[in-house]
Amino acid sequence: MTPAVEISGGTVAIGGRPILRGIDLSVRTGEFLALMGANGSGKSTLVRALVGLRPLAQGEVRLFGTPLDDFGTWHRIGFVPQRASAASGVPASVWEVVAAGRLTRRRLFRPLSRADRAAIHEALEVVGLADRRTDAVSHLSGGQQQRVLIARALAGQPELFLLDEPTAGVDLPNQEALAATLGRLKDRGATVVLVAHELGPMRRLVDRAIVMRDGRVAYDGPPLRDHEVHEPWFAEPHTHHHHPVAEARPRPDHAPHVSSPLDRPSGGERS
Amino acid sequence: MSTLELFELPFMQRALIAALLTGLAAPAVGTFLVQRRLALMGDGIGHVAVTGVALGLLTGTSPTWAAVLVAIVGAVAIEIIRERGQTNGDVALALLFYGGLAGGILVSGLAGANGSRIQQFLFGAITTTSPQDVIITLVLAVAVIGCCVGLSPQLFAVAQDQEFARVAGLRVRFYNVLVAVLAAVSVTVAMRTVGLLLVSALMVVPVATAQQVTRSFRTTIAAAMALGTLASVGGLVVSALAPAGTSVTPGPTIVLLALAGFVLAWPVGVWLRHRARLREPFAPVGPVAHETTGTHPHEHGPDCGHLAVPHVDHVDYVHDGHRHAPHGAHYDEH
Repeated sequence: MTPAVEISGGTVAIGGRPILRGIDLSVRTGEFLALMGANGSGKSTLVRALVGLRPLAQGEVRLFGTPLDDFGTWHRIGFVPQRASAASGVPASVWEVVAAGRLTRRRLFRPLSRADRAAIHEALEVVGLADRRTDAVSHLSGGQQQRVLIARALAGQPELFLLDEPTAGVDLPNQEALAATLGRLKDRGATVVLVAHELGPMRRLVDRAIVMRDGRVAYDGPPLRDHEVHEPWFAEPHTHHHHPVAEARPRPDHAPHVSSPLDRPSGGERS
Repeated sequence: MSTLELFELPFMQRALIAALLTGLAAPAVGTFLVQRRLALMGDGIGHVAVTGVALGLLTGTSPTWAAVLVAIVGAVAIEIIRERGQTNGDVALALLFYGGLAGGILVSGLAGANGSRIQQFLFGAITTTSPQDVIITLVLAVAVIGCCVGLSPQLFAVAQDQEFARVAGLRVRFYNVLVAVLAAVSVTVAMRTVGLLLVSALMVVPVATAQQVTRSFRTTIAAAMALGTLASVGGLVVSALAPAGTSVTPGPTIVLLALAGFVLAWPVGVWLRHRARLREPFAPVGPVAHETTGTHPHEHGPDCGHLAVPHVDHVDYVHDGHRHAPHGAHYDEH
């Protein structure tokens, strides 16, 4: 059977420096994979490369057997990016943010169909936020906003979920709610790739764990206990970072930032 | 001349149509700019468009079409800088703005245009709108409103979360450039009404006013368009009714009217947010111990006047720094 997602010989360079080197990874359909590792180990970069947000310097990504450049059935993919908040500059209701996830299946200039509405409603039910659908997302707690982002990915009814640190900065009751949601997805036969610093309540769901270290795969096998991931041979000792979003982009200094078309400070990120 | 006669004048009717269309189109684009935290982009495009107007005057072609072209070039340039840059590239944008304004004034000087001619474009001259201008305004405004409303699901998703939109298969760069072009077109549409230096106000202020009281994107954009129309038509009427001997121009009147709306809505927004915070359910954590209140002569109830906040499966009544939960005949400290 073709793997849900596969990367072979994958190398990602950011700003000319190779960050991920020689990554070979294949995720079976229905597998629940945890992508772990210390901060800066490259786990987020890897998941972003898998969905095409980071171009590969070498190697190839295949989604459902199709090379990434030819892949067009994006409704099969549900991506939950790493976000501190689901809010933007203008108020948006929970329903509206989740409805954006349905765009993978909607045609231009068409209103929401009955099937679209049903899928959005079901996505809200799964994450347990159906009663908050008319509320502004910015009024929700951090953990609830993470659940909104998951519901947005769910609304397109995808087969493969890729979640980038959905538990960062989320308190334990909300982590348990997230774990319950992911458990329901797993029961339905979805393939899940979960990037996490620590598994916590998600541990029982994980079929296979990958531990990244300095841009390479250091471990591939059955799930590990949280403390084992932070053994010295994996990475630097355990540091309690829970603000990965703030860390991900170093703040520029105070020199006026003027970029020219030749200047690609984001390392050739496609957008 | 009576008020009624004033509105029967053809130039006044043309001005009203132009104001109505501007008031609808500018906040529609403005909502997407504010959503992307690019509130000042309209201002930047306005500055760049000054050069376009001046080039039109210099070459003897239509200043409006020259402004449309230069504004689109400027907006796309801003979009490219923003996309390539690490941050919003605000310093890079500022450089572009100053270049646009200074270039415009210099080139218009070369064209021999006098100060009042360029001032028409900087601060608006809605009452000099010709029938041809009304048709151009109509076509451009309808195109802008059609794109903003028809493509709102896509534009919303891209502005909300670009990375998610990309993985959802949307052509993010196309929509980013589209918003930039729409912003440029609405800047030139609004040029006649409020002028290039004030155009951003009509794109941003109604949105800021609307979001004081709204909770969803749909109501925000609809309310912003309604408020923008109210401000632009209202401002025009107010300036037309100004007493004889004064020279009240519509542009600043429209902007001040829009700002007055914000000043009125802001305290309402502050109060609504404060109220929502107070009524937010308490954390689903039980009390540390079963601690009853002392003597409690007051009986809490739905109409007792104290703030009632949901707490797990019951209600805590808040007063004097306490959270009292009814428990049988007494109250517990929660």
